[in-house]
Amino acid sequence: MTHLTPDEQALAAGDRGEGAAMAMRIVAEAARLMGAPGLIPVASAHIDGALYHGDSGTLFAETLVGGGAKVAVPATLNVGALDLVGCSRVRLPPHERGMARRMMAAYEAMGCAPTWTCAPYQAGHRPAVGTDVAWGESNAVVFCNSVLGARTNRYGDFLDIACAIVARAPDYGLHRPENRRARFVVDASGLTPELRASDAFWPVIGTWYGLQAGTAVGVIDGLQGFATEDRLKAFGAASASAGGVGLFHIAGVTPEAPDVATAAGGSAAGLETIRLTGPMLRDAYDRLSTADGDTVDAIAIGSPHLSLDEVRELQRLLAGRAVRLPFYACTGRHVIRAIDADGSRAALETQGITFVADTCVVVTPILERATGVLMTNSGKFAHYAPGNTGLAARYGALADCVESAVAGRLVREDSLWS
Amino acid sequence: MVMSAPVDSAALPFACEVLLAGAGPATGEVLALRRPISFWGGVDPKTGAIIDARHPDRGAVIAGRVLALPGTIGSSSASAVLLELVHAGRAPAALLMTEPDAILLLGLVVAREMGWPIPSALRVPAEMQVRLASMTVTVSPDGTISG
Repeated sequence: MTHLTPDEQALAAGDRGEGAAMAMRIVAEAARLMGAPGLIPVASAHIDGALYHGDSGTLFAETLVGGGAKVAVPATLNVGALDLVGCSRVRLPPHERGMARRMMAAYEAMGCAPTWTCAPYQAGHRPAVGTDVAWGESNAVVFCNSVLGARTNRYGDFLDIACAIVARAPDYGLHRPENRRARFVVDASGLTPELRASDAFWPVIGTWYGLQAGTAVGVIDGLQGFATEDRLKAFGAASASAGGVGLFHIAGVTPEAPDVATAAGGSAAGLETIRLTGPMLRDAYDRLSTADGDTVDAIAIGSPHLSLDEVRELQRLLAGRAVRLPFYACTGRHVIRAIDADGSRAALETQGITFVADTCVVVTPILERATGVLMTNSGKFAHYAPGNTGLAARYGALADCVESAVAGRLVREDSLWS
Repeated sequence: MVMSAPVDSAALPFACEVLLAGAGPATGEVLALRRPISFWGGVDPKTGAIIDARHPDRGAVIAGRVLALPGTIGSSSASAVLLELVHAGRAPAALLMTEPDAILLLGLVVAREMGWPIPSALRVPAEMQVRLASMTVTVSPDGTISG
């Protein structure tokens, strides 16, 4: 049984209006379903519910607004279905466009910050280690838990906004320290340093790890000295799309894993250890592509949204050349502001890059075609593109994506994976 | 390896834990998925068709079926897809889950708050899900699965 305090019961009964009451009932029902003994306060929220999937989500948000609901903690917004900055053209029909716009407006009306990014942690939303928060969007959740060391479960659409309105969340899962300990160990120290030092390695090991872990918490050893924030972001996003990973530890890198034993809660003795080999990763690398041959019809990068560093790397690799294929670079308005200020957005657009802000190419119709091959350096795009866009996926490093876009056909450096 | 022997008719009715009680009893053919699925990116919210290119049940339609889930994975937008399926009249007749998945079930909790009729969600062990595959059963909001 889930225990609600008198305050929480009053909230559910409508003390602060029908919108807050509905939110409280949703949080309480989620707590019951998960077997949580009660609710805990949360310090912030990241809201994944403002992406249009159909009219139902808009109607829900407007019901909350109509009931006077407001967020009670700082809350950032994940992507919507429209590019409100106006970098790209979203091909939604008029009804859907209108409903998507209404939905985004409803979430802003509840007091959420219009960040419109799936990488809120690179747009200034970085809760401290050990803080309980309620975050949605699987890549943001896994980054928040693993890299920031804050504590959140994988809050789905609707529960995220409900938690933000009542500033509470069910007390279960990854909010509890005992559930954050590693239950298995991955030893990556046998992989070549060249592989571990390449950007393209991280979505691949993330995919392998997600398939291996499911929702279990593990610790990876042997990546010290190779991880960067953007690599951890790519790892987490791939692991959360291939599996149900909400938290991982990397020894010597992530805050709850100064070493393997600490990540395991004091001792790793008796835990299963998996020694990762090149061929195991080659399988994951191959799995990220659903197309073969050397045809590429479009390129998409930026899932999760590109950081400013990643845009700079794109610019460096292009080295002034123009692309021959449609090339979509998805990012948040926090990065658009920076590249507008120094002129690099205009320069890259002249070279043929299409920036996509506030949204991305697998969640809303932006691509000019619904068949063919989409090349990407993102494990998450590679996972979702076939189902959501109709295009087959071809995975490669960012450098491969750039060279393919310039050449107009697949150019891929496979030697790291042989 | 569990062999998928058909359920002895004597095994039905079968009483299960109710995760969420639906609007009423519902009858449908059991679609027992062979792999866990992510609803977002895996199921078309307009039709209920399985669209995940890597899923072994790709092409199957979950609308009106008693959907047996060996697990759920992936995106936290699964609840939005399920809410949309309910609103569009393309939801499964019932959901059978090995474990309660708060992300997915939230779609039903919200649908109920909106006043829309929802399917029942029951906890059913994986072995039982396999044995029920392709049978036509009636799922009651009290947790009974009958032939």
